[in-house]
This record gives sequence, C-alpha cells and structure tokens, in this order.
Amino acid sequence: MNLDFSQIVPYIPFMLEGIWVTLKFVSASIVIGFIIGTLLALCKITKIPVLKVIADIYTSIFRGTPLILQLMIFYFAVPQLTGYDIEPFSSAILAFGLNSAAYVSEIIRAGIMAVDKGQTEAAQALGVPYKSMMVNIILPQAIKNILPALMNEFITLTKESAIVSVIGYLDIMRRAQIVGADIYRNFEPLLFAGVIYWLMVFVLTQLGKVVERRMRYSD
Amino acid sequence: MIKVDNVSKSFGENAVLKNISTTIKQGEVVAVIGPSGSGKSTFLRCLNLLEQPTAGDICINETMITSLKVNKLEIRKNIGMVFQHFHLFPHMTVLENVTYAPKKVKNMKKTEADEIGKSLIAKVGLTDKETAYPNRLSGGQKQRVAIARALAMEPDIMLFDEPTSALDPEMVKEVLDVMKDLADSGMTMVIVTHEMNFAKEVADRVLFLDNGMLVEEGKPESFFAKPQTVRAQNFLEKIL
Ligand SMILES: Nc1ncnc2c1ncn2[C@@H]1O[C@H](COP(=O)(O)OP(=O)(O)O)[C@@H](O)[C@H]1O
Ligand SMILES: [Mg+2]
Repeated sequence: MNLDFSQIVPYIPFMLEGIWVTLKFVSASIVIGFIIGTLLALCKITKIPVLKVIADIYTSIFRGTPLILQLMIFYFAVPQLTGYDIEPFSSAILAFGLNSAAYVSEIIRAGIMAVDKGQTEAAQALGVPYKSMMVNIILPQAIKNILPALMNEFITLTKESAIVSVIGYLDIMRRAQIVGADIYRNFEPLLFAGVIYWLMVFVLTQLGKVVERRMRYSD
Repeated sequence: MIKVDNVSKSFGENAVLKNISTTIKQGEVVAVIGPSGSGKSTFLRCLNLLEQPTAGDICINETMITSLKVNKLEIRKNIGMVFQHFHLFPHMTVLENVTYAPKKVKNMKKTEADEIGKSLIAKVGLTDKETAYPNRLSGGQKQRVAIARALAMEPDIMLFDEPTSALDPEMVKEVLDVMKDLADSGMTMVIVTHEMNFAKEVADRVLFLDNGMLVEEGKPESFFAKPQTVRAQNFLEKIL
C-alpha cells in the first residue's frame, strides 16, 4: 500500500487553521438560518395569506435548487448585478444561512403545530399577547421537541459546508486540495480532512445530547 | 354582570348555539348542564371570546365585548378560565405558572407577583409544590394550580369547563372544595359540569342546554326536583 503521511506533516497547522475558518462561517450560517427560519415558521402559521405564500415560495426555491448553485449565484451574480464585489465569506454565510432557514422553518413549523392547542388557549384566556405567548410558551416547548431534528440540520450544514471550496474560501476542504496539489498526493490530505470533519460532527452530536438532557427537566 | 343577548354561533353550516339569552348577575354561580355536543363549551368560550359569536351580543360590566372594536386581551384579563385538561405550562414550575400572566400581562413586579402567587398556591393547598413542574403533580393538584393561575389575574368572572371530568374519582372532591370556597367568596362563576350534586349544592341557577338551545333555566332545587321540559326530564333521567 502506497500511503505516506510524513509529507503532510508540515502542512498540518495550515489545515488545522481550516477548522476555525469552517466553524466561523458554519456558526454564522446556523445563527442566520435559525433566526430567519423561526420568522419564516411564524409566517407559515399565521392567518395572513400573503406572509404564508411568501414563506412557502421562499422554502420551495431554497429547497428546490442545489445549494452549490445558490452559493455560486450569490458569489458571481451579486458583483454582476450590483457592481460590488462580495467576499467569499459573505456569500458563503448568505447562501448557507438562507438555505438553512428554509429547512429550519419547516422543522420549527412542525414543532409549533405539535404543541398542544390547549397551550395557546390557556395563554389567550389569560390575556397574554401573541408575541409573548410565542416566545415564552409555544416556542420553548416546540424547540424542545424538535431539538434532534435541529441538531441534524446543523450537522448536515457542517458537512455540506465543504462545498464552499468551489468559490475559493479557505475552509478545511479547500486547504486539503491545496496541500494535495502542493505535494502531488491527494489521498492523504483528503483523509486528514475527513478525520477533522468527522471529529467536528462527533463533538456537535455530543453537544446536542447534553442540551437535550438539560431540557428534559420537565418530563 | 354578564348579559347574553340572542347569541348564536355556527361553525360553517353547523349551528352550534341558537339564540341564547340570559343574564348572569355579579356574584352569581351558574351551572351549565346538558348532553355532550349540546354547545356548553362553545357557550363558555364565547364569554371570553375564545370563540366569536356569529350573531347576538354579549355585554360584560357595561362593555359590549362582541363589538368589533373591542380589545380581546383587555376583556380576557378580567375573566379567568379553567379547562378540563388543565393546560398548565409544562416547562414552568407551579409558581411560574401562576405568576407568568400577572408579570407579563399586568407588568407586575416579580416580588409582588410571587407574593400573590404564593398566597394563592397556599389557598389551593399546594405550598409544598411551588417549585415542582406540572408533570410531578396529580390531576387534582394540576387543576388546583390551574385555578390559582386564573385567579392570579384577579378576575371578576371565572369560567370552568368540566373542571373535574378528566380527574380520577378520588380527586374530584379536592377541586370542587376549592371551587366551593371561591363561590362562597362571592366570585361570579359559570361552570360547565356533570357533577349534579355539586350543581345542586353550590349553584344559584342552572342552565340546561340541548342541541344548541337554552331549553330551560331555573333554581337548582326546582330544576332538579321538577324539570319543566321533556328534554330536561329525559336528560336527568339518563344521568341520575
Ligand atoms: N372549533 C370548532 N369547529 C367546528 N365545530 C366545532 C368546534 N367546536 C365545537 N364544534 C362543534 O360544536 C358542537 C358543540 O360542541 P361543544 O360546545 O364542545 O359541546 P359540549 O361542550 O356541550 O360537549 C359539536 O357538534 C362540535 O363538533
Ligand atoms: Mg365540552
């Protein structure tokens, strides 16, 4: 077997730096995705038809086209349309955040629908305004129920983040390719990148389990 | 005072309440009885606008609550409601359940809300459960917390929708006792119930609903001893 890891040793710091770079835009995307996803979910459950239609169209578009296409559109189309250059980092969090929002909105919508209707009625009967009811009563219960699904979405996002390498963003994946080209060996750096991704997902999974256990106080 | 004037409610084609009129005086305790599906819950839910009547008017203390201009939240602050299935907030402790609305809706300070909350929890006999979550409580305890939660808003009127129907038989009394105390304290109460003995003992008046109509009303003594309508006679025969 022709495997030689000794050649990538000098590149290890370079590749490890990619963890930070990947984490930075993945966490920014998660935050954006979660906030916009929550707002979209609220639009989907309102009685206002316009908001519902807008949220549904949004979801349909972002789920119905390849993420890599959305990424490249943000990266290439924005400068062409606006005349402003867009950083790979900005286009990456835009594409990933907005894409993730579509999936998160569906998860949260389902979570809200699954909360007992009696909770809404109890809050209404007490005179609690809609916003407080959502923030203090419905969403905490919904999110507790959908935590595993949300965690899954975050893990998917972390793994799929590797496609930002196509716009030259220096994430783990892109760094593995650069090292591969440098030393004329692709297999070892890719394998090394694979281990890093797996470890990141592993940590995220464990983190999710801890949060879930914490939230189980009232069961 | 609650003045119900010719109220009807339909869900699509389904006419659930038909021209209901009655007046409930300040401090009066009214029991609403009738067969399942007769519209008792819907009637109760119209009183705090969880359902909007399709026709007719409801006046509460001089406020026409069925007017379109009315702020539903303002109306509901003044009307407590207790549900068959409690609907406590599962992620809040007993004390948090009771103090949430005064803090959020009335902007009451935490210390003040806690003080009122604790005294109400003591009143329903659950001081040792203040920090417990609802899932640790029995059905009877849950319902007593739900009553305390509604009372924490200091309402003028309390609505009860079959408050003991989901309880094990041995827990019915503890809830009815709390309600009886409340009635004795002069609270205006509208109670949908299948507990005929309780209605006899505590209610000032009985409303009998059948098929969406207010078929008969009267003092419990006379109503239970000698119902005037055939429908009420049949109903009482079946359940007594
Ligand atoms: N939200 C609703 N939508 C459609 N139909 C309803 C709704 N609520 C109640 N109904 C119907 O109204 C009728 C009376 O219901 P309800 O007031 O709950 O009766 P009760 O409390 O006396 O058992 C039933 O036929 C029920 O199916
Ligand atoms: Mg009912």
